[in-house]
Amino acid sequence: MTATAVSTWIDVCSLDRITPERGVCALVGGVQVAIFRTFDGELYALSNHDPFSNAYVLSRGILGSRGGVPTVASPMYKQVFDLTTGRCLDDPDTSVPIFSIRLNGDRVEVMT
Amino acid sequence: MVGYGPAAHRLVEALRERDGAATGPHWKITVIGEETRPAYDRVALTTHLEGADLAYPSPGADVDVHCAERVVEIDRAAREAVTASGRRFGYDALVLATGSSPFVPPIEGKDLPGVFVYRTIDDLDAMRDYAADKASGAVIGGGLLGLEAARALQGLGLDSGVVEVAPWLMPRQLDEGGGAMLRRHIENLGMDVHAGTPITRLEAGPDGAVSKVVLQDGKEVPAELVVFSAGIRPRDELARSSGLTVGERGGITVDSACRTDDPAIYAIGECALIGGMVYGLVGPCFSMAEVVADRLVNPDSTAAFEGADLSTKLKLMGVDVASFGDPFADALGVTYTDPVAGVYKRLLVSDDAKTLLGGVLVGDAEAYSTLRAYVGASLPGEPEQMLFGGTEAAGGDLPEGTVICSCNNVTAGDIRCDIRDHELRDVAAVKSCTRAGTSCGSCVPLVKKLLDAELAAAGIEVSRALCEHFAYSRAELFDIIRVRQISTFSRLIAEHGTGRGCDICKPTVASILASLGNGHILDGEQAALQDTNDHFLANMQKNGTYSVVPRIPGGEITPDKLIVIGEVARDFGLYTKITGGQRIDLFGARVEQLPKIWKRLVDAGFESGHAYGKSLRTVKSCVGSTWCRYGVQDSVGMAIKLELRYRGLRAPHKLKSAVSGCARECAEAQSKDFGIIATEKGWNLYLSGNGGMRPRHADLFASDLTDEQLLTYIDRFLMFYIRTADRLQRTSVWMESLEGGLDYLREVIIDDRLGICAELDAAMARHVESYGDEWRETLEDPERMARFVSFVNAPETPDPSISFEVERDQIKPVLVAGPHLEVISQ
Repeated sequence: MTATAVSTWIDVCSLDRITPERGVCALVGGVQVAIFRTFDGELYALSNHDPFSNAYVLSRGILGSRGGVPTVASPMYKQVFDLTTGRCLDDPDTSVPIFSIRLNGDRVEVMT
Repeated sequence: MVGYGPAAHRLVEALRERDGAATGPHWKITVIGEETRPAYDRVALTTHLEGADLAYPSPGADVDVHCAERVVEIDRAAREAVTASGRRFGYDALVLATGSSPFVPPIEGKDLPGVFVYRTIDDLDAMRDYAADKASGAVIGGGLLGLEAARALQGLGLDSGVVEVAPWLMPRQLDEGGGAMLRRHIENLGMDVHAGTPITRLEAGPDGAVSKVVLQDGKEVPAELVVFSAGIRPRDELARSSGLTVGERGGITVDSACRTDDPAIYAIGECALIGGMVYGLVGPCFSMAEVVADRLVNPDSTAAFEGADLSTKLKLMGVDVASFGDPFADALGVTYTDPVAGVYKRLLVSDDAKTLLGGVLVGDAEAYSTLRAYVGASLPGEPEQMLFGGTEAAGGDLPEGTVICSCNNVTAGDIRCDIRDHELRDVAAVKSCTRAGTSCGSCVPLVKKLLDAELAAAGIEVSRALCEHFAYSRAELFDIIRVRQISTFSRLIAEHGTGRGCDICKPTVASILASLGNGHILDGEQAALQDTNDHFLANMQKNGTYSVVPRIPGGEITPDKLIVIGEVARDFGLYTKITGGQRIDLFGARVEQLPKIWKRLVDAGFESGHAYGKSLRTVKSCVGSTWCRYGVQDSVGMAIKLELRYRGLRAPHKLKSAVSGCARECAEAQSKDFGIIATEKGWNLYLSGNGGMRPRHADLFASDLTDEQLLTYIDRFLMFYIRTADRLQRTSVWMESLEGGLDYLREVIIDDRLGICAELDAAMARHVESYGDEWRETLEDPERMARFVSFVNAPETPDPSISFEVERDQIKPVLVAGPHLEVISQ
């Protein structure tokens, strides 16, 4: 499957469904999107697919920072991904897709 | 004595030395040998060609020696040995030392002119004469003797080669690496080595004599002279025809006194089958001679052959080769290879890297004697230091060749090397560079230990920092949190750390907060600190589903409860497996199923088994005195008591326990963090055992304890561990890292040397009092329940990526390869 830029924002959930410093997973047009809310209120959206384990679990990882970069660690084998770029910080050759995300009022919306 | 080789010679010597020391000679010795000369030093056979005199000193005039005389019959009734020439020699005791004959495999051409064996001086003389006008020779057999023979051929001016059917040289003494290194040495000496290919035939030249060896792969090895050195066969024909028992594969069967089934007849040396073995090395043959000598001079002797050390060290063509202990032990290996110097060294050590089991040295055998001495014993230093003859211990106790990360096949040596070459300074960097610990992660504590030792050795100050966010060790953080009464991660990192934390410090702090009794682990900010297992109160499996483990204290369960587990598993289609901790694991639950599953279990009276937490898992038990004929205490009752006392206790790592009802130890308590074994008078407490990756037997901490003493000591042990251990440090490693070890622990726990026992006791009392079942409390709270959906925007939709297939009537996960989405850059 190839990600295609969809021109519309898709409503996912209200902000209060996402615990600060944790993630949730949304099913958007058949794509599993991991959505994270950091302590400072920022939102990030990555593919939920963990390329190292092939399981759809990134949304259940622990958030944090490495050298100032906001990160999520895969709950499976603990590789750390940059939330802003999707790049794996433990294996620079590996990345996961990222998606656009915004807050519209108290609603979280993503574009896949 | 029948046969006159080295073993017989040794027996004669020993007999003459001991016999009649007090009372005058007792035995009249007659030796009958078929060779034309008295015994000589067969081990040094090759030096005969260089003119060495191999003859042993003469045994003395009172020994009646008959050479070139062969015994063909033993008249056991008359007690007489009959020779080929018809002479009869009477005996009170007969010793067979008939030796062995070279084994010549049934290969086409084996009887051609120019084919020799390599055993006697006569063989060598004939070979030398034949070689005079020849240009090439080959030895069939790349063992110890075969290589000697090849050297002999080279010494006779022949281009010589070695043909070994096994994949490498000296396969009985060396492992593959050692064999390969030896081969390089031998090839450097200008010899051809052909290993790993069977022989088809020996082919004759125009003159009818052998001219080449043809291998099964079609290769031809030019050889106008061929020497067979393919092993030995015991000479047992005389024993056989005399009705003595011989082994199925040859050898005269003897007991540990070297006696055959005729009490008047002994057998020693290469012809004897003793303890199921035929020995071809001179050492064991001499030992047998000594045993018989002892038995003959002293009827009350209990001398016995106890098996032999097959260690060997020799210089083969100028190359040191040694093999000691069991060089093929299925054990941890420490390997050092220097291809330039042609050195190969390998030590085999027990799984805890403490006991030397065997090894191989090629190219440099200087350490041989020291190493051989330590076979079966505790190493005085690190294995890698032992390889170089040193014994002084330093940091980093893991052998170089030990595979640290078996997922990615990374050895301690690899890790050390990368730490040095790439100037790695923290565990994350080591993981990224070496890939060690990046898969299952179970080796990360070992990786850290290696890193610490390596940095300390390089004089670099070892940071005790937990991660980049905290400059403190776990124990220091524990004290900070405890003393300053910090109850949130935000406050801790704001006041004592930097950044926002990570998957290392967050769960660590969560564990500390839980250990200090800060309410439900999913409440408030703590929820964001937990790793996925604690977050969903279940164990994540490889396909993103979870497993469910209800607590079954002590492994005791009613039929009704068993049925409930079965019904739940059936209704939710879960895979079930009995765990090693005497409970039942249910696999394949999706996130949204977890509350439904647990509702059923909780309603039936189950509670969380904390299989997901770094906390007490199970207290395993044997059935104990209630049922068992041998049990001396109620081990099940005690196991249940302990499991209920410590359930839910968060610790630096998981905790396991077991209670055995008697010394037979059926519950395997000595492999547990705290293990209890019943005695007639009470309980013995064993601490800091481990199974798993680095097994360790628990240490006996205290004996014959009352129930009350037992609980007090375990309370303190656990709380002291929780307070002072490193992150993910099991009690076994923690114990080893405690300066003063077990004695120190006794001082702290029994003598209250640090004056903290009251505090530790109070902490445990708080834990016991505040325990609540995490699953029951979760089910009762809608806010905690909200997280149990696969999709926030489609709560009822199961994760479509999860699928199963059926194996042995149960589900197993199918891993669907994920779609390869293009990465969109912002």
